[in-house]
Amino acid sequence: MEKKSEYVIKQISVFSENRPGRLAAIAEALRKEKINIFAFSIAEANGFGVVRALVDNPERAHETLTDMGFMVSFTDVIAVKMRDEPGGLYETARILGDAGVNIEYSYAYSGKDAAVLVLRVDQAEEAIERIIEHGGELLSRSLFT
Amino acid sequence: MFWNNHMETLSGAELAALQLKRLQWTVRQAEKVPFYRAQLREAGVGADDIRSIDDAVHLPFTRKQDLREGYPFGFFAVPLKQVVRIHTTSGTTGKPTVVGYTRQDLENWADLMARDLTMVGLTDDDVFQNALGYGLFTGGLGFHYGAEKIGMTVVPSATGNTKRQIEMIEDFGVTAINSTPSYGMRLAEVAEEMGAELDSLNVGIFGAEPWSDNMRKELEERLGITAYDSYGMSEMYGPGAAFECEERNGLHFWHDSYFLEIIDPETGEVLGPGERGELVVTPLVKEAMPLIRYRTGDITMLMEDRCPCGRGQKIARIMGRSDDMLVIRGVNVFPSQIEHVLLSLPEVGEQFMVYIDRKHHLDEMRIEVEINRECFSGELKDLARLQAHVAGALRETLGLRTSVTLVEPGSLPRFEGKAKRVIDRRGEVW
Repeated sequence: MEKKSEYVIKQISVFSENRPGRLAAIAEALRKEKINIFAFSIAEANGFGVVRALVDNPERAHETLTDMGFMVSFTDVIAVKMRDEPGGLYETARILGDAGVNIEYSYAYSGKDAAVLVLRVDQAEEAIERIIEHGGELLSRSLFT
Repeated sequence: MFWNNHMETLSGAELAALQLKRLQWTVRQAEKVPFYRAQLREAGVGADDIRSIDDAVHLPFTRKQDLREGYPFGFFAVPLKQVVRIHTTSGTTGKPTVVGYTRQDLENWADLMARDLTMVGLTDDDVFQNALGYGLFTGGLGFHYGAEKIGMTVVPSATGNTKRQIEMIEDFGVTAINSTPSYGMRLAEVAEEMGAELDSLNVGIFGAEPWSDNMRKELEERLGITAYDSYGMSEMYGPGAAFECEERNGLHFWHDSYFLEIIDPETGEVLGPGERGELVVTPLVKEAMPLIRYRTGDITMLMEDRCPCGRGQKIARIMGRSDDMLVIRGVNVFPSQIEHVLLSLPEVGEQFMVYIDRKHHLDEMRIEVEINRECFSGELKDLARLQAHVAGALRETLGLRTSVTLVEPGSLPRFEGKAKRVIDRRGEVW
């Protein structure tokens, strides 16, 4: 079996004040560096937000945004392929629920061959093990370097 | 080290006799000003009624508003011909206050400043970068002439162009710097960005706005200096009326040149040493613009213990000007208290902005603070926790619920002169 850490992916998390133009500034920086965004979400609380993104080159995205003055950090997440049909999300969610793994937050995107669920969980190793056990498929970190 | 050992250490009966003589002279000088002639007549006191220094209590107060109404030269006691310079105060509302100086006044001022700078150990061996505004503001020129008087090598850098300021410190081997505390923080920040070590720098003098002890620690660590507090206002010539000595525990006022009282700002009653109240100053040697019992609006107290350095009675560091004091839902808040709290929290920077609004007849205070880059985990919940932590710390010190907004590092305004961190949008209360 492959090493579990193979499936731990670096998400970039960017602090952003909640005001017009901040997302555009982040997106523009990534465009200039030709960094592709697979998926992203914005979490908002009380005047500020965190932009979370899965990109094809997290290290360079981190460096670029930091140089621009943004506060950036890496967060470990996992990305699970789902069947893009009714019940797809349920399968994954059930596996994690049964295993007692808590989902802190999640977002999804629909890729070329499957839908992908990005998950921040409290026990990443346990989650990876259970998903593989149940025949699920995870995206490897090599896609994101 | 003393510049004028005799005057700096004058005490007891000798000081009281000198103060009395000079107070009588000052009242006589003030009688040349129509405003004071009327005031003194109304109060029924004249120079001849001042028989001991304790009689000062019978003299009427002078308020800032009185000076504003005298715009431009209504408080001058000498013909304009004898006025060799004017400065103005930074009036935030309406007309500024104009202050004038005779040649002797400028001489007196430079002498007091020379005492101050000598007191903190500066000599003609020092290179002094004066990063306060030159011009109508008294800060720049006030320090300039005192520093020249003791023979320091003066770099009149004024404010602005912070990178150039750092380069000058390094290239000229500057040993002492003078600025507002907020600009001192800015200098530290830019020096760090530039990787400048500022090895030559030993002494920092900061004034023109209140600053906390946490700010002192921060300035000392980041600039590699010993930091001293300076105090004054245009109405007392300018900066230099009081200064810390090397003990750095309170500020020595020059009692041969200023007569001090601390009063209850509500009742006007004179308070004793150790009691906090409003500082009232009667300058004793001012020719062009004598003032009687001037209400400074600054809150402090006379300190009881004698200073080991041998100089006269000290005042406690100023927490805030009563003008700076905010009244939020009936609670008094000084911006310097906010700064003090923020400096104790490593997760946030020391820069801040305060916005005050009235919503549904209730004052709302919102404080913007910068997150420290190293403390960003990427998790929203950590940010929310930090926000609550900052609000909690502020609540504990201020006794007031505030709302805290976290902003990106480097995004808040930096100030070169006096910081303007409070935006009060409440309008008039009726």
